[in-house]
Amino acid sequence: MNKQMTAAQVVAQLKDGMTVGIGGWGPRRKPMALVREILRSSLKDLTVVSYGGADVGMLCAAGKVRKVVFAFVSLDFIPLEPYFRLARQAGGIEVMEIDEGMMLLGLRAAAWGVPFIPTEVGLGTDVINRNPAIKVIDSPYDDKEWVAMPALQLDVSLLHADRADVRGVCQIAGPDHYMDDWFARAAAKTYVSCDELVDSSYFHDPAQARLVHWERSMTTGVIPIPGGAHPTSCSPLYGFDVPHFKAYAASAKEESGLQGYLDKFLGASEDEYQNNVGGLAAIRVIELPTY
Amino acid sequence: MTAATEYTLAELCIVAASQAFADDGEVLGTGIGVIPRLAASLAMKTSNPDLMMTDSEAWMLSEPNPLGKRPAGFKPALESWMGFSRIFDNVWSGKRHAMLGPSQIDRFGQTNTSALGGTYEKPKSMMLGARGFPGNSISHPNSFFVPDHNTRVFLGGECDFVSSIGYNPARLPKGHSLDDVDIRLVITNLCVMDFGGPNHQIRLVSLHPGVTAEQVQANTGYAVCIPDTVPTTQAPTREQLDIISVLDPQNQRAQQIKDNPAGDPAPGVPAAGVPA
Repeated sequence: MNKQMTAAQVVAQLKDGMTVGIGGWGPRRKPMALVREILRSSLKDLTVVSYGGADVGMLCAAGKVRKVVFAFVSLDFIPLEPYFRLARQAGGIEVMEIDEGMMLLGLRAAAWGVPFIPTEVGLGTDVINRNPAIKVIDSPYDDKEWVAMPALQLDVSLLHADRADVRGVCQIAGPDHYMDDWFARAAAKTYVSCDELVDSSYFHDPAQARLVHWERSMTTGVIPIPGGAHPTSCSPLYGFDVPHFKAYAASAKEESGLQGYLDKFLGASEDEYQNNVGGLAAIRVIELPTY
Repeated sequence: MTAATEYTLAELCIVAASQAFADDGEVLGTGIGVIPRLAASLAMKTSNPDLMMTDSEAWMLSEPNPLGKRPAGFKPALESWMGFSRIFDNVWSGKRHAMLGPSQIDRFGQTNTSALGGTYEKPKSMMLGARGFPGNSISHPNSFFVPDHNTRVFLGGECDFVSSIGYNPARLPKGHSLDDVDIRLVITNLCVMDFGGPNHQIRLVSLHPGVTAEQVQANTGYAVCIPDTVPTTQAPTREQLDIISVLDPQNQRAQQIKDNPAGDPAPGVPAAGVPA
């Protein structure tokens, strides 16, 4: 089965009001080329589930988002994502603010086909008080109350991998695949952009196959876009683009806001975008971050 | 072990904060931010060699990494993979002690990392979000570092958003006891505190050189339990300062407390008295 497609074909599958999971973590390995294709579209009213970074900030500022399910939205070295802050402070978006681990449990519940997973995480805090949709229940086995973290059912997940073949075998070669495997499993459809399209024989090497974190049956589409995570990192291929993120954050303080940023960088296609940010060769030599 | 006479307040805080991990045994020590990370690293190098640590990315280390950009050819002492999903397996096992810097800490030890002011629907200032604080606070011990001890952080009322559970009877979940909450040390630029006062009241543990208990109370929006005698925070030893300088070769610690003041503003002068 050949699952190769384009970013435009992915976005054509999306509908207003869908719940979209976005993989990666903060400024790390986000499917930004797919996010940019959404920015070029007329999509709106999305619910976004994300360990959030500029993916969430951009989509909020561009008016694509009705609701954000999040534990944080951060660019790491710029701790507070500037456009998510503005969106929250304007009161314009609904939120489901939960603990990082609760998000993982919600994705697992969806992946496993169970309505909830019990946990003590959230008890005594406002992630329960502010989320009437999250129930606290009695246990059949002890006298304590437990949070019933509901399944986070995703219509679609958008992920970025280092490599994939056309059948949807996806490899994350960096040190952490974050929760991307759970995003893939929690979604009805999962679209994966990748830096490199490889032949299936690439995975015959066990050292390469070991870095495949979900089965190809979980992958709906594969979109080869070298540099497609920019300005986020795709370790070990390239780091996140610090000067670009600084310019992005600075744009939030200007009157033109995100539109000014988009006018300067977005372009009509990923090729145009990459030209506007200095070209693929420049992306590929961005230094990896030191933690 | 020789007490140093010249050290910065940041270094005093690192050493005081490292005490939080001294008796932890074999748990994951997570220090978020420069001073907490150096504190956990110092503990691993001195008082608690059994402490576990990550590289803040995806690996467990058997030796803490120095902060900042490391020289070419530097080989971190990896001991296992520890990606973020696995962090939660560790958190929920309870074998972890985290030290973090929340935006607010109220009289119950509840903290806020999420949003300040306004309404929840339209906060005046959006911060990070709840992050992992809800899970950390109910799963394992936690300590806090506050670089600027004032009544905005230690606020009079309850936190605008409660990110982490504290010793608040009104929020106690069914079947739990307040003793299930385990807040260890609160290290600030003025003092060290814990929640060991009557009914888990915040309590002064030690005062940094030159700081008075009145000053701590004046900068805290709720009553601090002040014992009859309060020791002065122990000065770093030369050995500890040497280890800190190796762990932080680019001196990032100098940027953590406003104006990087000396740890002892008047070396050789006895510490300010505390009320009898």
